[in-house]
Amino acid sequence: MSSRYTFGGDEHIFVEVSEEMSLEAFFKALSMTNAVRDADIKGVTEICPANASFQIKFDPDVIHPDDLMNELKRMEEIADKAEAVLNTRIIEIPVYYQDPWTHETLMRFRERHQDPNATDIEYAARINGYDSVDDFVTAHSASPWFVSMVGFVSGLPFLYQMVDRDRQIQVPKYLRPRTDTPKLTVGYGGCFSCIYSVRGAGGYQMFGITPMPIYDPEQKVNYLKDFLVFFKPGDIVKWKPITREEYDKNLSEVEANTFAPRIREVVFSLDEFNRDIDGTNAKLLEVLNAD
Amino acid sequence: MPINVKSAGLATTIQDLGRPGYYHLGIPVGGAMDRLALRAANMLVGNDEGAACLEAVFMGPELEFTEDTQIAVTGAELPPKIDGEARETWTTLSVRKGQVLSFDYLRAGARAYIAVAGGIDTAANLGSRSTYAIGALGGIDGRAIQPGDAIPVGRDFRNVAEGTSVPRNLRRMPGNPAELRVLPGLYVHRVTEESLDRFFSDSWKVASEADRMGYRFQGGSPIEFVDREPPFGAGSDPSNITDACYPYGSIQIPSGTEPIILHRDAVSGGGYFMVGTVISADMDLIGQLQPHTETRFVRVNMHTALSARRVRAATLDSIRQTFA
Repeated sequence: MSSRYTFGGDEHIFVEVSEEMSLEAFFKALSMTNAVRDADIKGVTEICPANASFQIKFDPDVIHPDDLMNELKRMEEIADKAEAVLNTRIIEIPVYYQDPWTHETLMRFRERHQDPNATDIEYAARINGYDSVDDFVTAHSASPWFVSMVGFVSGLPFLYQMVDRDRQIQVPKYLRPRTDTPKLTVGYGGCFSCIYSVRGAGGYQMFGITPMPIYDPEQKVNYLKDFLVFFKPGDIVKWKPITREEYDKNLSEVEANTFAPRIREVVFSLDEFNRDIDGTNAKLLEVLNAD
Repeated sequence: MPINVKSAGLATTIQDLGRPGYYHLGIPVGGAMDRLALRAANMLVGNDEGAACLEAVFMGPELEFTEDTQIAVTGAELPPKIDGEARETWTTLSVRKGQVLSFDYLRAGARAYIAVAGGIDTAANLGSRSTYAIGALGGIDGRAIQPGDAIPVGRDFRNVAEGTSVPRNLRRMPGNPAELRVLPGLYVHRVTEESLDRFFSDSWKVASEADRMGYRFQGGSPIEFVDREPPFGAGSDPSNITDACYPYGSIQIPSGTEPIILHRDAVSGGGYFMVGTVISADMDLIGQLQPHTETRFVRVNMHTALSARRVRAATLDSIRQTFA
């Protein structure tokens, strides 16, 4: 996997590790951005990992763009040798699939959708070959997901399904983006899930909603006191389907500021995962569900 | 000393030089779209160059002062009036307690910067007072100013003589047609050579969707893409890529029709290819473009981009010399 290096004007270098998404590309991008951070290069001001690429912002008054480009190319050799092992955390995110709020919103934007006569999740289930929405929800929620990028707006996570490619869900984005999406909508576009951290425009299909805040500019939510954004690249997520009753219960806990997400520390090895995907996922879920 | 907001203008926000360091989490740098104008406004009232000002777009607010102070209006040609009396832009103006600052209609440019001696002193989020409405950060409760707001002002400033002004040749504004210099790159290989030539030779117009997040352009030829097999994760449209970071100033062309230049409140990433990036020296100019302004994209190389950056820095230094 040889990366493509290109300038984004005189203040950014953009590195495409791979044109297509894969966990290998994500890990390499993450390991290169870690190497850049560790190298503490003068003039580097922002390090932004993405799904299968990354971007460095720099001050060309401090380091010449060509010099930084050469430094980054050297980092690629380090990254290629790095072991793809990540000390990270697995988090359970409750999802109320087919909730009334995303339903109300998707009904307002049917004319922008590929299939105006179906809901987003009915459409996604059908084109991915599932007989029912329930089967589709099981497919979406049974295996864990990698947070492969945080961005677009305010702490929004992109998540990549940890299954082999044959089993990966793929759904096109809306034909034309909506002007509205409820806050905390669980969405889907291409091969990525996402959680809309704030209300706003969006083009991803809407499957459900989580009661769990993931962005708090006021930093009042108990688990967002230290930092206003919950997710970081490399986090592992397990969706937990919940009912309306459970949603309401979670929401009242959020309002009382007593809601505590289930989070466990895990070590993830890409080689181990590639050798035995289902076995590795089972072990991750065992750690999540222990005690 | 608070400033009382009597009317708010169109979308008047508190801005400084922004909050770098959080783009990897989808929180953009934000801050003044025309940074040179913000710095000049602050110099005119004896503030640190990065103090928070009001950024008014197309239309000015009405502000009542509760103490004697000094103010300056830079950027767009949005003529200020004090108690109804016309005053100069880019000039140190004195206002007395109880006087009201209002504005005549916009003559040129798009964004005016209103500086007050002492600087706006609202609470900072992540090191900046800049308003980022999508993320509810900065400003007053993370939003544009509203009638009834009392904007707090700091007390720390140097004295500048009333009537001091920035020489006209140092007030940088886009020409007509506006020219934005672009370094091709990023996903430019997705576009055929002929199509790229047309992108640079066509005349474009600023669309009505033009705000702090980005500026959309219309009127040029649709992009012709190089054929490909869609990569896994990218999406089926030829303009799709596997969701990636977007540089500030990058030009994406969703479905190959209308280019969008991302600005200070950029979305940090997404799934559209980018043809290149507006050079850092010309980012200020975009903030001064009105809808329908005729615009040309001018192809440059890195050498020219860096020279232009030095010229802009020299202009800033010359403005500083005015106050030395």
